[in-house]
Amino acid sequence: MTVLRVDELSVSAGGQSLVRDVSFQIGAGERVGLIGESGSGKTLTASSVLGLLPDGLHATGSVRLGEQELLGASERTLSRLRGMEISMVFQEPMTALNPSMRVGSQVAEPMLLHGTRPDRRAARSAAVELFDSVRLPDPEGTARAYPHQLSGGQRQRVLLAIALANDPALLICDEPTTALDVTVQAQILALILAATRERDTALLFITHDLAVVASVCERVLVMLDGEIIESGGTREVLSSPRHEYTGKLLAASDLEAR
Amino acid sequence: MTAPSEPPAATQPLIEARDLERRYTRSRRRSVHALRGVSFEIAAGQRFGIVGESGSGKSTLVRLLAALDTPTAGSVSFRGNRIDGVAERGLRFLRSELQIVFQDPMGSLDPRMRVRDIIREPLGRTRRAEHTERVAELLEAVELPADSGQRYPHQFSGGQRQRISIARALAPRPSVLIADEPVSALDVSVRAQILDLLLDLVERLGLTLVFVSHDLNVVRYVCDEVAVMRHGEIVERGPIDRVYAEPAHPYTQQLLAAAPSLRAALARLEEGP
Ligand SMILES: Nc1ncnc2c1ncn2[C@@H]1O[C@H](COP(=O)(O)OP(=O)(O)O)[C@@H](O)[C@H]1O
Ligand SMILES: Nc1ncnc2c1ncn2[C@@H]1O[C@H](COP(=O)(O)OP(=O)(O)O)[C@@H](O)[C@H]1O
Ligand SMILES: [Mg+2]
Ligand SMILES: [Mg+2]
Repeated sequence: MTVLRVDELSVSAGGQSLVRDVSFQIGAGERVGLIGESGSGKTLTASSVLGLLPDGLHATGSVRLGEQELLGASERTLSRLRGMEISMVFQEPMTALNPSMRVGSQVAEPMLLHGTRPDRRAARSAAVELFDSVRLPDPEGTARAYPHQLSGGQRQRVLLAIALANDPALLICDEPTTALDVTVQAQILALILAATRERDTALLFITHDLAVVASVCERVLVMLDGEIIESGGTREVLSSPRHEYTGKLLAASDLEAR
Repeated sequence: MTAPSEPPAATQPLIEARDLERRYTRSRRRSVHALRGVSFEIAAGQRFGIVGESGSGKSTLVRLLAALDTPTAGSVSFRGNRIDGVAERGLRFLRSELQIVFQDPMGSLDPRMRVRDIIREPLGRTRRAEHTERVAELLEAVELPADSGQRYPHQFSGGQRQRISIARALAPRPSVLIADEPVSALDVSVRAQILDLLLDLVERLGLTLVFVSHDLNVVRYVCDEVAVMRHGEIVERGPIDRVYAEPAHPYTQQLLAAAPSLRAALARLEEGP
């Protein structure tokens, strides 16, 4: 079953073309990586799917979530889908969290907003369960903490709990572990894998790290200057790249081989 | 990998740290014990790596090695001379002998200065004419276009800015280069170019390198010796190949297991799920 279908997506700012003719699909339970160096258009592609393009940028083409066209959909439609059918985890958890709200309430909020739990009490206890499932220590106590009282890795776990609160069909992660230490990164990646497997969630996983994409994704899309220049099974693309750029990226990443 | 150059037989280590402690006092009641008794020696010609996760004390240690900060206890010697707690005028030799390159070139390059003035800054204000020649030489050494000198830092990409920082560091002809996470903010292909440039310069100029990173793969590529830090202590130290192949400390084992490896991940894909 196709969860997300992107067709000839292009993004421009004024006359400047930033993303060109991007097409791909993600099925239920499928994990797809979007890789490329900074400035290649990864975040803009994800933002287009979420209907969160910055002001002044314009997207054309088609982005369908199931039967629903998202490009040009009303803000009302999009906000009904966000946090419910699609959710996201970004690189910098501090900016994505409300600094003056206890993290337990921030996890309960999307459940109350979308009415997936009958009342505040039920949402609260679901939040504590989610904290347990993302391996936050002392879930009850952590639920009462404010973001600044948590470490970077713990904040990223909170964001993941928020993203998973309503069992979305599609999870988008944009460089979710880039700011984290390697041991914490390994734990968060394991959590993302376990959570999406368990729920059969479609995953769009953005990273510039080939080793990370190889450990998480089954398929990979390679982006260069706003275009997808190569795509395929992760093993095929990373062991016998067809595009010269993918080869260069691999050679530069594989310090073990140099 | 470049062949490790044999360190010259030295009777005395180039840099020696003894029982270094550093406490930062945040308030009357709270202090951070950033270094807890760190000792090691670096021989001339070594490529010495310091690896550890954020907050482990790497930058604190580097600032002490460069005498940019004073230890709470313990000592640092450079060619046998104590450099901890020494007044700035007693450190003039060190300021030309030892130079640092930081992670974020934008934060350490004055945006209002032209690149040529940034590069010649460590040379002082005398003999400007000679400096013009030196700047040209340095731009060539770091493979930047000859006309880069007239431009400003913001006109360059992240990797080029790191080349500018390296050129500035090399200006006074130091014997030791310290690089604190010099490639952590860069894309992989730029990262590889900067690492190769550093290795090439170290070899050509016979530099001693102290290289700080949170990435074991990067340290392995660059260094011949490594110290692994955690919570302000060195938990393991040894030749990089040995530490990588047979990590002795559980924390080093944990770091190695967690470090994403492209080869290992591809090998797992090869086997199938
Ligand atoms: N709000 C914006 N206005 C104009 N250009 C933008 C804007 N946001 C991003 N860009 C440009 O679009 C390109 C792609 O950006 P982005 O998708 O953020 O790249 P990536 O996530 O791959 O690093 C970059 O060249 C960037 O400078
Ligand atoms: N100037 C400072 N004042 C107070 N605490 C500091 C200062 N610099 C570093 N620290 C603290 O010391 C510890 C080690 O920091 P640092 O040396 O920067 O580690 P690393 O470079 O390994 O990330 C951390 O807990 C950090 O918060
Ligand atoms: Mg991005
Ligand atoms: Mg540091």
